[in-house]
Amino acid sequence: MILQAESLTIHYAGAPTPALSEVSLGITPGSLLVLGGPNGSGKTTLLRALLGVLSPSTGSVSIDGRAVASWPRRELARRVGVVSQREEVWVPLSVEEVVTMGRYAHLGPLTPIRPPDRAVIEQVLQRCDVVELRTRKAETLSGGEWQRVRIARALAQEPQALVLDEPGNALDVRHEMEVMELIRTLVDDGMACLLITHHLNLASRYADRIVLLDKGRIVAEGTPTDVLQEEILTRVFGWPIAVTPWRAGSPQFIPLRSGEGAGEP
Amino acid sequence: MTKAVRWPFLVGGALLAILAGLVFGATFNGPSALIEGIGSPDSMARTILIEVRLPRVVLAFMVGGGLGIAGAALQALVRNPLADPYLLGLSGGAGLGAVLAIAVAGAAPWAVPVSAFVGALTAIFLVYRLSVVAGRRLDPRVLLLAGVVVGSFAGAIMSAIMVLATASELRNAFLWLLGGFGAASWQALMVYLAYATLPVAVLMLQARRLDLLTMGEETAQFLGADIERTKRVIYLTASLLTAAAVAVSGMIGFVGLVVPHAMRRVVGPLHTTLLPAVFIASGGFLVLADAIARSIVAPIELPVGVVTALVGVPLFALLLRRTLR
Repeated sequence: MILQAESLTIHYAGAPTPALSEVSLGITPGSLLVLGGPNGSGKTTLLRALLGVLSPSTGSVSIDGRAVASWPRRELARRVGVVSQREEVWVPLSVEEVVTMGRYAHLGPLTPIRPPDRAVIEQVLQRCDVVELRTRKAETLSGGEWQRVRIARALAQEPQALVLDEPGNALDVRHEMEVMELIRTLVDDGMACLLITHHLNLASRYADRIVLLDKGRIVAEGTPTDVLQEEILTRVFGWPIAVTPWRAGSPQFIPLRSGEGAGEP
Repeated sequence: MTKAVRWPFLVGGALLAILAGLVFGATFNGPSALIEGIGSPDSMARTILIEVRLPRVVLAFMVGGGLGIAGAALQALVRNPLADPYLLGLSGGAGLGAVLAIAVAGAAPWAVPVSAFVGALTAIFLVYRLSVVAGRRLDPRVLLLAGVVVGSFAGAIMSAIMVLATASELRNAFLWLLGGFGAASWQALMVYLAYATLPVAVLMLQARRLDLLTMGEETAQFLGADIERTKRVIYLTASLLTAAAVAVSGMIGFVGLVVPHAMRRVVGPLHTTLLPAVFIASGGFLVLADAIARSIVAPIELPVGVVTALVGVPLFALLLRRTLR
């Protein structure tokens, strides 16, 4: 287990109920875990606690068997790569410069960028299909391109685990599918991956396991077939939802219009 | 022109500025006087060169370089290109210290820099205390606010003292606030270097962390920066560096604002190259400004802060236009 949370509870000061209660989960190499749930269910809070940005009220998070808070950030960055939800670049950096920053955790304050670092950068630029963009300024990229560049930067850290917070947000069909395909290839090559997404239909087709959060608690977890069930989704999202068995192992859900029955059309 | 080709121009420009600093002054000592100064041990030219102009030029270069990289670092810290070394309350504290010294101790030459330095350190401490929220987080937005608040408060006291002071004291205080190298000496240079060398070295070592900071605090953390420590180190070292500069030369504006801005366009935004470039360019810029300040209406010396503003403001406006276009 690379990243593991044990009965994590987080209570923000002044809040009537905890943002997270008794959440336990873990990610393993070569496996994609999707974290889903309605807005405000605690997904991003959980993510921040997993990455040591937020300290839990009770419970623990460990990375490679060691408490997350005791990891120096530099060493942590060599194990876990993160693509957060939003990020704005303030200065005009080129794609290559952005991706190079992924190597900083491997470099001392004065060490120049060495040939092995360059090799890693080349490799991740290719892997994320952004080689042609290398001299482009970050602010001129489309949403999909920028997302791929940020994944490339995370990969340049050479992490064992990758954590992504809604990487498909605001991307059109092709770009989102390209990102999902890339993530799946990485996982098949042995990466441990945690993905937060609202797009459970895609999750159903790519994930090994899905964890559904609601009001800070895990309400369902297991394979896509275990979790994507009409009764569970309708309850969690507070909206009537039908589920159809599109292909074995990857059911798809359809939110119903008011008055629409859940049966066959 | 590729970025690597620009370095010789940068270094060459700084060397030319230094040469100008040695040649121009209350009197014009052209190349022949320069050679005489180097060659003959007991000449007047040599005294002017070695005892007056050389320490002044070296001090101006070092102060300029310090203000430049302090500005560049603070801009990365608050993620705002408009940050300048004095923005964070330092100018108010240093000014108040200086004015207090002038009002109380009159014209005692040692009192003003010491008092300004103490005033600046007090302001740094106050701003820092105000900005460390919830016991441990240093919030750059609060840092800006705290800087403005502390600066205004000190400014108000300073104004009150100046209103109550006599006219000659007022003029002295006013001149000091605009900055200058009239008091430059080898001794002043040593004092400045004693305080400035460590902060300069520390900021240079933070170059990669400054790069990470430009991507935002959370991202910087995920890329391996210990963010709280980094922010504190940068704020404190950049401020200490500025305070040392203020102590030996008063408050020279615009260097720390304009030069980092210009250098981002020349060598790019990565701090491993940006900081050395800013140091060289700011140093050269201030040496040149000082040469202009003491020769343009000689024998009267303009405060160098007036010159940096007169040159800096149009330059800044030009840069702004080119950035927006």
